[in-house]
Amino acid sequence: MAVNYYDPEYEVVRLDERCISCRVCERQCANEVHSFLPETGKMASDETKCVNCQRCVSLCPTHALKIVRSSNQYKDNANWSRKTMNEIYRQADSGGVLLSSMGNPEPYPVYFDRILLNASQVTNPSIDPLREPMETRVFLGAKPESIQRDDTGRIVNNLPPQIDLAMPIMFSAMSYGSISYNAHESLARAAEALGILYNTGEGGLHEDFYRYGPQTIVQVASGRFGVHPDYLNSGAAIEIKMGQGAKPGIGGHLPGRKIVDDVSRTRMIPVGSDAISPAPHHDIYSIEDLRQLVDSLKEATHYTKPVIVKIAAVHQVSAIASGIARSGADIIAIDGFRGGTGAAPTRIRDHVGIPIELALASVDQRLRDEGIRDRVSLVVGGSIRSSADVVKALALGADCVYIATAALLALGCHLCRSCHAGKCNWGIATQVPELVKRLNPEIGYQRLVNLMTAWQHEIKEMMGGMGINSIESLKGNRLMLRGVDLTAKELAILGIRHAGE
Amino acid sequence: MKRVYVNEQWCLACHLCEYYCALAGTSQTDMARALKGITIRPNLRLEEKGGISFAVSCRHCEDPVCVKSCITGALTIKDGLIAIDRDLCIGCYTCILTCPYGAVSPSTDGAVQKCELCVQTEAGTPACVRGCPNGAIVFEERG
Amino acid sequence: MREGQIRIPSGCAISGVFDRSGRRMSGDAIIRSMEVMHDRSNGLGGGFAAYGIYPDYKDYYALHVFYDQALARKECEAFLERHFDIINLSKIPTRKMKAITDEPLIWRYFVAPLPTRLADSQLDEREYVVKCVFRVNREIEGAYVFSSGKNMGVFKAVGFPEDVGRFYRLEDYEGYCFTAHGRYPTNTPGWWGGAHPFALLDYSVVHNGEISSYDANRRAIEMHGYTCTLLTDTEVITYIIDYLHRRKQLTLTEIASVIAAPFWQTIDRLPDDQQASFIYLRNVFASQLLTGPFSILAGFEGGLMALNDRLKLRSMVVGEKGDKVYFASEESAMRMIEPSLDHVWSPRGGEAVIVRLNGGNTSGC
Repeated sequence: MAVNYYDPEYEVVRLDERCISCRVCERQCANEVHSFLPETGKMASDETKCVNCQRCVSLCPTHALKIVRSSNQYKDNANWSRKTMNEIYRQADSGGVLLSSMGNPEPYPVYFDRILLNASQVTNPSIDPLREPMETRVFLGAKPESIQRDDTGRIVNNLPPQIDLAMPIMFSAMSYGSISYNAHESLARAAEALGILYNTGEGGLHEDFYRYGPQTIVQVASGRFGVHPDYLNSGAAIEIKMGQGAKPGIGGHLPGRKIVDDVSRTRMIPVGSDAISPAPHHDIYSIEDLRQLVDSLKEATHYTKPVIVKIAAVHQVSAIASGIARSGADIIAIDGFRGGTGAAPTRIRDHVGIPIELALASVDQRLRDEGIRDRVSLVVGGSIRSSADVVKALALGADCVYIATAALLALGCHLCRSCHAGKCNWGIATQVPELVKRLNPEIGYQRLVNLMTAWQHEIKEMMGGMGINSIESLKGNRLMLRGVDLTAKELAILGIRHAGE
Repeated sequence: MKRVYVNEQWCLACHLCEYYCALAGTSQTDMARALKGITIRPNLRLEEKGGISFAVSCRHCEDPVCVKSCITGALTIKDGLIAIDRDLCIGCYTCILTCPYGAVSPSTDGAVQKCELCVQTEAGTPACVRGCPNGAIVFEERG
Repeated sequence: MREGQIRIPSGCAISGVFDRSGRRMSGDAIIRSMEVMHDRSNGLGGGFAAYGIYPDYKDYYALHVFYDQALARKECEAFLERHFDIINLSKIPTRKMKAITDEPLIWRYFVAPLPTRLADSQLDEREYVVKCVFRVNREIEGAYVFSSGKNMGVFKAVGFPEDVGRFYRLEDYEGYCFTAHGRYPTNTPGWWGGAHPFALLDYSVVHNGEISSYDANRRAIEMHGYTCTLLTDTEVITYIIDYLHRRKQLTLTEIASVIAAPFWQTIDRLPDDQQASFIYLRNVFASQLLTGPFSILAGFEGGLMALNDRLKLRSMVVGEKGDKVYFASEESAMRMIEPSLDHVWSPRGGEAVIVRLNGGNTSGC
């Protein structure tokens, strides 16, 4: 066996006095870290294979396990970190591009954590959500320029197609293929129970899930996998995916081993073939081309579905968003650089794009400056981690947020960032049947409903504290925000004042 | 009557049900202390072959052959629950021979043991059901 | 420190009286009505809006302007001359009072847009006036137009409202409608422009409350060409009413169901056809919803609308006596000027009370 230049990242710590050798860890680890030694009756570990997904830790009935960062040390070096060195060893081994999954884990500033919310004191009352109505319903879509009336003077409904949500949160795009059938079913059922939407991602829509159509955003991405008229017409809205926060400027690659029978049928590509989404849409090389795709999709769906255009947050995001708003899109989705992914080149994920907070603030302000904010709704994603992030995003100017990583966490994901390996021990990012079955949608959907219900309660509490009893009065209400530990420039971009001002 | 049912579709063959059952059979709460170094003798067993697995335990049959075959009246059926009176059991193992599901087994003290739905040990849901991480064992009313 | 540099929360007293027959009454009554609620103000702002007071100039826009210094007046008048035909100009008569100090120069102009300039602008006449008012307030340092309607005027100052009314000799004016405001700010602005009512064209608003939706409303309305310079609720509410009524042609009842929209749980119980229009309005004008406590009196030519926030977090009572309708934060304020009211009631949260001149022009209302 060749020499491994890099050391194992983790150590499996097994507390001997607690381990009863029930072998649950062994049976649950698809990476084959744990094994049973019959001669001693004890468990053993191969730490080189551990990805720290925490499945064994969670299922160990005697809490005998923990996974810790390996205490092995390279010689101290402030410039060459162990991570950087290991990446070099891996590339020298493989000659390949480093791959990662889920969102950017690097220590860039998290602006949400430097923004604080307001509350009412004395001059106006806070409102108790347990005693008074506290409204979280939102509509997404373009608003009409003018009011029309019929002969009797009644207002004519001239609204373009809208999305009607019980709360300003949707599950963002995760394709069937990148995540499992059971994960998709959990999301679809939860969306239905919650009165919100989930998103097919670019992998088409499995035939079993057409019945969740009113809860579904159907995505059209550069690979056009699984796109056909019935698909487009089955959803509540159509999303054109131009970019993704985790990998702006590049396409996608779902390895052939994930293209199993069902996935192949849904994506309309042969079993075992790699599903490659080109970096650009090859029919969109400019903004006027986007308009044509928007119009084509509207034509194909008889102008009954709002069209979302999703972009990654990049440097010129406000100008791009302004262009999209003038291209017939009803909704713009912006994905920040911390957004998740099933697989992305590490260097792209960790170094391309900008934080969603800054992108959102500048897009919202630009669209207002240009007087076109009402033409589109804004949905933002890219690491919305809690109800507080939701409230802050709305106050910065979003109509709604997209969550995906938080939803996967609810299903068991522990952010081991190994989705691309296809051996997700939690049954989420895998197509291996014995792993997929680990996610029972009956449990999964309930956990998603629980999470969203909890967030909704918290959102109501925060709104009530601010004396706001309807979510629309939170939208763009930046006076409810104050910054801490931010520079004047950052405050200016965010359009908020510093705490104490 | 609520019974234990298995949804084999969701069984992961992790065997946790057996350990939780075994723990319920002791009067302890700390599994590490209760089961360390012993061979467990749970009242349910995980059957697995190929890609299929499920936990097998007493069905609490409506017309139970084990009760019929019990020569001392140690096994009784009351309100649908088949219970064992360990003081009456003489360890003849006739019930073990007759149970078509293999749901009765010998214990270490001479009497037989079987699933009694944790009525003696648990207030609500049987331990195997609570311990199953994937909803593959359920305790519910079915027509 | 003045209004516009910081946002100042305030509590308030409001009062209003409206004669549906159009008979004009003296401004004396409204002053006495406010005097009773003295403790609801703290001497840092008071003001009045009066309708029907300029019958001789009813076809001209009456611009009331504060000047910090003479230079500002010169500059402003030059601007007005370029854009308007100035029919009459004068200082607004005031009375020297101990309680009112630091007064700016206070001038009044009756104007009509210059026809050629108006035609060149391709704007409707009222929009033209609005644009000019905004330009003066934004661009001419030390000049501030605080009233710009026809046959109506706003009179406001730093001080207790009853003192402000006497300072402006309100008893010398006769109108069919008066509204009044006494302010209890939590800070000391000391700038007359920041007192209320706030007005644009013939829309005036007096408001008691502090809306929690303020910045959402402000940023939304600024997109439609309004400039919020004062950072006050009253300013933004006035613009919203102007936007919905004049620009979007909503009726007053529709406006009430936008700014104090019924809760979804109420809408859900309505018959389908009614539901549809409420849903439409809440959706399209989501950014014009006001949350948090408010009671407002919104005056306009020929009418007045009283409205509470959807939870009724601020007091407001209404009383009637013959053709006259009274509105106030406290019943005592109405009783002070009309002890024998026919009946008195307290409108529910979100329930608009709209009064208009009998046989008056109600188009678009």
